[in-house]
Formats: sequence, C-alpha cells, structure tokens
Amino acid sequence: MTFDFDRLVVDNVSRNFGRRRALNRVNLTCHSGEIIGLLGPNGAGKSTLLAILSTLLTASSGEVHYGSATAHTMGPLLRARLGLLGHDLYLYPELTARENLEFFARLYGCPDVPSVVDDALGRAGLGERADDLVSGFSRGMRQRLALERALLHQPRLLLLDEPFTGLDDASGQALVARLRGLRQEGRIVLLATHDLDLAEGLFDRIAVLRDGRLLLVDDSSASLRERYRDAVAAARR
Amino acid sequence: MRQFLRVAWIVMRKDLTVEVRSREILYTTVFFAASCVLVFAFALVREGRPMEDAAAGILWIAIAFAGTLALGRTFERERQTETLRALMLAPSDRPAIYVGKLLGILILLAVVEVVLVPLVGLLFNAPFGGSLLWLALLLAAGTLGFASVGTLFAAMLVRARSRDVLLPVLLYPITIPIIIAGVRGTVALLQAVPDEPMARFWGALLVFFDVVFVTLALWTFEPLMTE
Repeated sequence: MTFDFDRLVVDNVSRNFGRRRALNRVNLTCHSGEIIGLLGPNGAGKSTLLAILSTLLTASSGEVHYGSATAHTMGPLLRARLGLLGHDLYLYPELTARENLEFFARLYGCPDVPSVVDDALGRAGLGERADDLVSGFSRGMRQRLALERALLHQPRLLLLDEPFTGLDDASGQALVARLRGLRQEGRIVLLATHDLDLAEGLFDRIAVLRDGRLLLVDDSSASLRERYRDAVAAARR
Repeated sequence: MRQFLRVAWIVMRKDLTVEVRSREILYTTVFFAASCVLVFAFALVREGRPMEDAAAGILWIAIAFAGTLALGRTFERERQTETLRALMLAPSDRPAIYVGKLLGILILLAVVEVVLVPLVGLLFNAPFGGSLLWLALLLAAGTLGFASVGTLFAAMLVRARSRDVLLPVLLYPITIPIIIAGVRGTVALLQAVPDEPMARFWGALLVFFDVVFVTLALWTFEPLMTE
C-alpha cells in the first residue's frame, strides 16, 4: 500500500514548550512543485515548524494535512513520503558513506539498494570516498551525503533546515541546482535558511516567521534580502 | 509483522556493526563488570571461602551495573549525532526501532554474561556447571526484563540534560523485582543439590515480568518518543 499527496496545509498550528509558545497559530499552504523559503531570526520557530511537519513533534493545537491525510491517520505510510535534513545530519560517523546510505535505504525499503546507493553517492560527489568512514569527512561532504540520505526514498515533501551550512560556493550552487531539479519533479520543498545570498532566486514564495508567528507569505519578485527586511520591519512597527 | 521484524533486524545489525568497529561499549562494560566482581571477591571471599549465596548476588549486580552502562552509552551515540530522530522518521511502526535497539543491547549483555559467569564461578567457587542450562534460561529471562525497561528509559531520556543520573534512578526501582527473582533463582541453582523446582518458579516469575515490561514498552514507545 502506498500513499502520496500534492498539497501540504498547515492549519492554525501552535506548539508550546512548557509556558513558552514556540509557534502561534501558523497557517501555510504549499503545493507540489514549489520551493518555499522559511525565513526568520534565531528562535523564530522555523525548526519547530519543520519538526512538526516531519511528524517528529506533535502540534499543541491545529493540524497539518498532507493531501487528505494527517500524521495521525497515515503514520508510517506518510513518513515514507517525507525527507528531513535537520541541523544535525543524522549520519553515523562510525560507518562509511556507503554503509550509512545502505542502512537508510534498507530502513526505507528502497528497491535495489546497491544501485540506489551508488546513484546517491555519485550525486553527492562522494563516489571515490564511498568506503571511507564518515568521521573523516569535512562538514561540506557530510552535508552533501546527508542531503542524499534525505532523498534516497524520493520523498514528496523535503524539509531542509539550514542546508547551506558548511558548503563551499560550488557545493552551494550545486545544491541550488539540485533543488530546482526537485521542483521540476513536483516535490514540495520547505527550506529554512539564513543564507539569503545563496537562496536568492530559488524560492517560489517566502514565509517569514518571528517569535512563533507567521508574519507574511510573499511571492513578489523583489530581492530576498529586501523582502525579509521589510517583513521584519513591518512586524516591529 | 514481516516489515516490523525487518526494521528491527536492520537497526540491530547497524548497532552491532558500529559496536564491532568501535568495541567501545563492549570493552567498557566487560571491564567494569569484571572489576566489580573482583572488588566484591576481595571483600566477600575469606581464605577461599565465599560468603553464603554471595555469588548469585554479585553476578546479578554486575549484570545490572554493566547493563546500565551499556544502555547509557548506546543511546549517547544516537544523541551525539541525533540519529535517533532519523530512526523515528523511518516508515515503519516506531516500536520496531525499540525492538532493534533492545536486541542489540541483549546481544551485548549476553557477551558480557559469557565472561561474567565463569569469572564469578572461579572467584566465588560457585558450581554453575551443574545447571548451566537453567542458569542460561534465568539469565536470558532476567536480562530481557532489565533491558526492556532500560531501553525504553534510555531512549526517553536521550535528550534530558541529567540523563546519566536519571537512568539508574528510574531504572533500578522498577527492575528490582527482576534482579531479586534472578538472584533467588540463581541461589536455588547453587545449592549442593540444585533446587530446580524453585529455580523454575523464579524463572516463571521472570517470564511474567518480561511479558509485562515488553508489552508496556512497545505500547508507550511511540507516544513517549514523539513528544
């Protein structure tokens, strides 16, 4: 049995940690083939929102709809359609790049694991280092491997938290190109970043969060930095 | 069910691969357990004669301490790289992840016990050889009960700041019945004539604890980990 969706609806989602409200009635709709930039200062609630969308956290109130389903109704079938690249890279340093990808490919029930893993290693530019332990990799190499780990099972919804961290210019540009390719394939990509220069021109829309509130969802063609600055300034007024 | 077992197997195999490569937990736990037995041997064995029933108590205390150490370290690895989150994202029933981690711990503790039993037998003149099968069954049942609760708590506490303190504080009060049953069953086997009916009674009690603890852990793992 498989499950798929072409729309993600965040419906009035709030999340409290004790007395602190990390997200406050956030509403957002994303469609297949869209890259949404999730922007905001530190502590704005971006990572919390991504954790809720990935089903790692539950919302204190409100609901997330993946097509017609929710995390509660679909469970494992839904998780098979989600990919997450978090702040931490979710890689085992004691395993080689190949072993890491093989482990996750098997966990996700990917067919023809050796070929899926070889393709992923090639895309990460790590074919030559496939049998080296991840503990010996630079941050950028780990980041590229972690991205392929998140994409092994071809998720419909890809959630990326600061994916440009540790990447050199060439790797950053390669990631941007990869994300554009994913948009062409009809994936939904939500990307939280502070690197506005690298992300310039990448997003179809931006969603600006501050203190757990969604300040605006914007699809204008002005520069990213300008839009972000205007949104934060408007919130201050 | 096949999918559940497949995921548990994959997680267990990964844990064992990591451990075989680093041998960090195995060496630490074996060394710690052996040191523990050695210290008690100096205190409780006089002129080659151990205190009555001490061997059974020392064996189970060493297993409990070594088990706590192994549980903490196993999940510390997942915490350092946040890989437990990646496991929770897998498209399988989340209790399968629990079962995989539990199996990994059980295999590790079985290796520790293979070293511990002859060591305790040697230092405490304990005649384990006469009822080795019964002892193996008691150890298997006791270790399963202890590790089933321990794996749940260690996973639950993985992000708690004082997890090293909290794990034994939470674990020991709940697993004391298991350790007592294990000790009493082992004492029954160490009599001049092994008291097998008594060992069977304590063994059955251990199996009862196993059923209760494993069922509760499977039932509570997902809600505890999602929050």
